[in-house]
Amino acid sequence: MNDIAITSGRMNHGVDPVLHAWSWEIPLYLYLGGLVAGILFFSAFFYLRRREDVFPTAIKTAPLFTPFMLAIGLLALFLDLTHKLYFWRLYTTIRWESPMSWGAWTLMVIFPLSIIWAAFWVKDVFPRWDWKFSFIANTVNYLARFKVYFAWALIAFSAILGMYTGILLSAFNARPFWNTSILGPLFLVSGLSTGAAFILLLSKSPAERHRFSQIDSFLIGTEIFLIIHMFMGFLASTSVHIHAAEMFLGGPYTAVFWTLVVGLGLAVPLFIEIMELRGVKVPVVIPAILVLFGGLMLRFVVVDAGQSSRWLYKFMEQLVF
Amino acid sequence: MRYAMAIDTKRCVGCADCVVACQTENNVPEGYCRDWIVEETIGAFPELQLEIRSERCNHCADSPCVRCCPTGASHYEEGGVVLVNHDECIGCKACIASCPYDARFVHPEGYVDKCTFCIHRVREGKNPACVDVCPTHAMIFGDVDDRNSDISKALRTRKYKTLIPEAGTEPHVFYLL
Repeated sequence: MNDIAITSGRMNHGVDPVLHAWSWEIPLYLYLGGLVAGILFFSAFFYLRRREDVFPTAIKTAPLFTPFMLAIGLLALFLDLTHKLYFWRLYTTIRWESPMSWGAWTLMVIFPLSIIWAAFWVKDVFPRWDWKFSFIANTVNYLARFKVYFAWALIAFSAILGMYTGILLSAFNARPFWNTSILGPLFLVSGLSTGAAFILLLSKSPAERHRFSQIDSFLIGTEIFLIIHMFMGFLASTSVHIHAAEMFLGGPYTAVFWTLVVGLGLAVPLFIEIMELRGVKVPVVIPAILVLFGGLMLRFVVVDAGQSSRWLYKFMEQLVF
Repeated sequence: MRYAMAIDTKRCVGCADCVVACQTENNVPEGYCRDWIVEETIGAFPELQLEIRSERCNHCADSPCVRCCPTGASHYEEGGVVLVNHDECIGCKACIASCPYDARFVHPEGYVDKCTFCIHRVREGKNPACVDVCPTHAMIFGDVDDRNSDISKALRTRKYKTLIPEAGTEPHVFYLL
């Protein structure tokens, strides 16, 4: 067979080594976005089903963390921008073709929503909480009359937030590993799963833990199914997509993906949660932390591998993060 | 009007004059380049064939970079030239991730930069700097909608290819074979 050797004049230090455009900021944001989407979804969903007494952590406590998580995520996004003083340009246009544009607008809606939703529950979680200024208390009390509408809005926008983090990547045809429509549902399910794990971590009520262990096991199962589907899709596709899948099936990402994401992040917590549901006593902290860790690793691996998978200049393929 | 470039792989010797001309003309900072040379050797020694290409932004007709830009900074100019408006670019790097040709980079000043087909020269009726300096006349720039332009004639009379047409972006830099 013929060998192909490519000598490239692209090796300017400013060009090729930095073509990994996105480093830790983007995966961290995608992770926090998914986690927040999961927490808010469960909170709003069980609020609408009037389960406040059964699932107090999911409905009241967990959402208190979401504005801070989103703030960290947004800060990470801001740090990633290289032309920072122009960030407001995002909000002078709406471009429907660009997932990043409607993601920016989604954040513009869901960030204030998460603050208001958290404000509704502060007094339930901290009974001695004082808003200091009466107009804040009055505003919160006034808005609380529309809690049901806020809950419906949260369900819609948390689903969009959870999906869009995946669609953002899958819209890039230039990066074969991202170019699969499974990524949207995969990130949504992973976000819901990390959200459920976060609630598990905080919850003290056995009934709530039991239910969220069930939910999380189901979500982990779905995630494994989607991952298998994703690779089947790649392997049945074009040569660049097969090549992208091979980065995980013997290539540079094999070890990190199958041990950290699938093993520690999905299979082990699934096994522990099933054992737990069958009555074996295992500290619930272990599977919850593993799921949260696995979700973070999934974002890091996918963001990094996507940028390594390419149509041209395959010699640039490498593990960077 | 549709601007395009044809590069004769039989004439190109890979001298990188086009790279230096571009860097000089466009004040490209040190360590960066808007165009570059790729030498592809195929075969096993001693039976080898060599193709040298001067590569750059393909000014695609269906540009993923324009599509994914959240602010509209990446846009089409006259003749289908893809440009970045520096004052609208926030440096999110979505366009860098979206380009299958890896033709974009982050300028040290923060915005994303790339080949402009030297639109400032073209508007004055000149060729892009890389085309004008090519010592072997391997590069042709022009309007492919004009049947009498040099580039239209070259594309009619020579076989040519584009890079990864299967990426579906309708690239407009043609390589004469």
